[in-house]
Amino acid sequence: MSLRIVVCVKYVPDATGDRQFTEDLTVNRDDVDGLLSELDEYAVEQALQIAEEADDAEITVLTVGPEDAKDALRKALSMGADKAIHVEDDDLHGSDVMGTSLVLAKAIEKAGYDLVITGMASTDGTMGVLPAILAERLGVPQVTLLSEVKVEDGTVTGRRDGDTASEQLEASLPALVSVTDQSGEARYPSFKGIMAAKKKPVESWDLSDLDLESDEVGLEGSWTAVDSAAQRPARTAGTIVKDEGEGGKQLAEFLAGQKFI
Amino acid sequence: MAEVLVYVDHVDGAVRKPTLELLTLARRIGEPVAVALGAGAEATAAVLAEHGAVKVLTADAPEFTEYLVVPKVDALQAAYDAVSPAAVLVPSSAEGKEIAARLAVRIGSGIITDATDLEAGDEGPVATQAAFAASFTTKSRVSKGTPVITVKPNSAPVEAAPAAGTVEALAVTFGALATGTKVTGRTPRESTGRPELTEAAIVVSGGRGVNGAENFHIIEALADSLGAAVGASRAAVDAGWYPHSNQVGQTGKSVSPQLYIASGISGAIQHRAGMQTSKTIVAINKDAEAPIFDLVDYGVVGDLFAVVPQLTEEIKARKG
Ligand SMILES: Cc1cc2nc3c(=O)[nH]c(=O)nc-3n(C[C@H](O)[C@H](O)[C@H](O)COP(=O)(O)OP(=O)(O)OC[C@H]3O[C@@H](n4cnc5c(N)ncnc54)[C@H](O)[C@@H]3O)c2cc1C
Ligand SMILES: Cc1cc2nc3c(=O)[nH]c(=O)nc-3n(C[C@H](O)[C@H](O)[C@H](O)COP(=O)(O)OP(=O)(O)OC[C@H]3O[C@@H](n4cnc5c(N)ncnc54)[C@H](O)[C@@H]3O)c2cc1C
Repeated sequence: MSLRIVVCVKYVPDATGDRQFTEDLTVNRDDVDGLLSELDEYAVEQALQIAEEADDAEITVLTVGPEDAKDALRKALSMGADKAIHVEDDDLHGSDVMGTSLVLAKAIEKAGYDLVITGMASTDGTMGVLPAILAERLGVPQVTLLSEVKVEDGTVTGRRDGDTASEQLEASLPALVSVTDQSGEARYPSFKGIMAAKKKPVESWDLSDLDLESDEVGLEGSWTAVDSAAQRPARTAGTIVKDEGEGGKQLAEFLAGQKFI
Repeated sequence: MAEVLVYVDHVDGAVRKPTLELLTLARRIGEPVAVALGAGAEATAAVLAEHGAVKVLTADAPEFTEYLVVPKVDALQAAYDAVSPAAVLVPSSAEGKEIAARLAVRIGSGIITDATDLEAGDEGPVATQAAFAASFTTKSRVSKGTPVITVKPNSAPVEAAPAAGTVEALAVTFGALATGTKVTGRTPRESTGRPELTEAAIVVSGGRGVNGAENFHIIEALADSLGAAVGASRAAVDAGWYPHSNQVGQTGKSVSPQLYIASGISGAIQHRAGMQTSKTIVAINKDAEAPIFDLVDYGVVGDLFAVVPQLTEEIKARKG
């Protein structure tokens, strides 16, 4: 029996660009290049490894995002995923985590799954809560923040390195897994992979395909409201000294002046 | 006055500092009712009362340790049902965020994560967040349901405010999902005797410039002279020079100490995401062009192998 894996991937503004908010206080996607959230590459990589171990597996990558988000799907397909689903609808603009997770959960159910894999956090919203929310919505075990993951005989096991302890986890499929950037380097798409990706199917769904109403999502439907966003004032230029033998002592003098010593 | 649920992060009854900070913030919007779960829950009552908890709801059951996250959500939901609070506050640890998020789904509420401040507002609590590697400051609210907000460590002062702290047992019924993810093994992290990274007032971090695990003692010695926690960049962690649990940054710990000292760290955006809100930033780097110098209050362009030991000696001498 085939193992159906759905990987959730987010399309985000490049973190090394000059990220800004627009007037409606949503993310400005026009002035900075978008890409597949780097942390979701780890999710795609683990999906590929799990699929390689399984007798028969199919990987679907899923994104909720604007038209350009197809780029994120293409990248995942060129890494080796089999097919893609793009949930795209003007009414999705400005969705918060509750809205986004609602759409993702509906899409995952419609697609059919045994295993859902996500990244640990997006590189823009960086909330790190969507995986737990998805597990709650889907009613499946959450096996989250794994730095090591394995799927065998309908069971997923993994290691979660927490604040106070490292835990070994186990759950039965269907389940939701999120993986950290400690789970293993993500592969680069090969030339062959990039060519093959062009022929792989990308389905587009909108809200009506998911039986969702426009007021359940988007800026208006959000459960949260952003009232203001202000650029942090640039830090006032600090004192910079060149070490000519006394650098440590000068620094100590500064720290003493600030009452740290 | 409205009650505010505060989820207690504790280790065998020892309450962690971020929870005491939450009590300070909770008092701005109502009367704190604390929820403490697991072994030692009742032992938390005294310190919680000392810091403003009018009531402490406690529960212990094997489920809390044998299964991941969900049993704690069931318990927090039971507390929510018992109290009907004006808001629910949870410390922004990885687990805290997951607990808060699942509760928010169940009670049909919005969630705000990683708040760095909290004030009462006309339409409910207003949270401050740092966005895009802390280059923006946003103010947000939960607009549907009871606000569920997770708060980062070091977001408020710990203040004594003695209250009743009456202990009540919380009745919890575990749902079908509670036993979904089994914890089959647990290796506690060994204590180094140094302060917890996210809670420390001073953090001293080393990066690729430290050039080897065997050199990290230089960073540790400086940290110890200041009573600081030790952090590391991902480059240092990936090289195996220091444990991942000490990584500072986007995919490591997010720290907001009074003083952050970066040695041999270039200041990549992902590193900055985890330390940019530090009050005072100091860097030692031999490259005058390193981006970290854009952030610093004081920077030394120099070789860390010369500067750091000299600094450590000078601190020791001054402290006598
Ligand atoms: C600076 C900033 C702050 C925000 N703060 C809040 C807030 O406090 N409360 C709130 O409700 N919303 C907030 N949002 C909106 C929220 O980030 C988005 O709705 C988002 O899609 C879900 O949160 P996340 O990306 O942070 O998810 P995370 O929980 O960080 O993402 C984890 C994983 O979920 C998957 N995933 C996330 N989004 C998608 C997607 N669109 N398509 C496919 N997979 C996805 C990915 O696998 C990702 O690795 C914020 C957004 C920004 C830019
Ligand atoms: C998705 C993603 C997530 C990431 N998450 C994190 C994260 O959480 N934390 C993190 O730190 N990084 C993270 N990174 C990695 C980040 O992009 C950088 O690669 C990393 O921070 C670099 O570490 P570094 O500054 O120690 O090393 P480098 O960038 O190599 O800098 C080393 C510095 O040391 C200086 N130096 C060398 N020798 C000496 C000497 N003897 N004395 C003084 N100075 C010296 C050099 O001049 C240089 O500036 C992430 C990257 C990605 C893509």
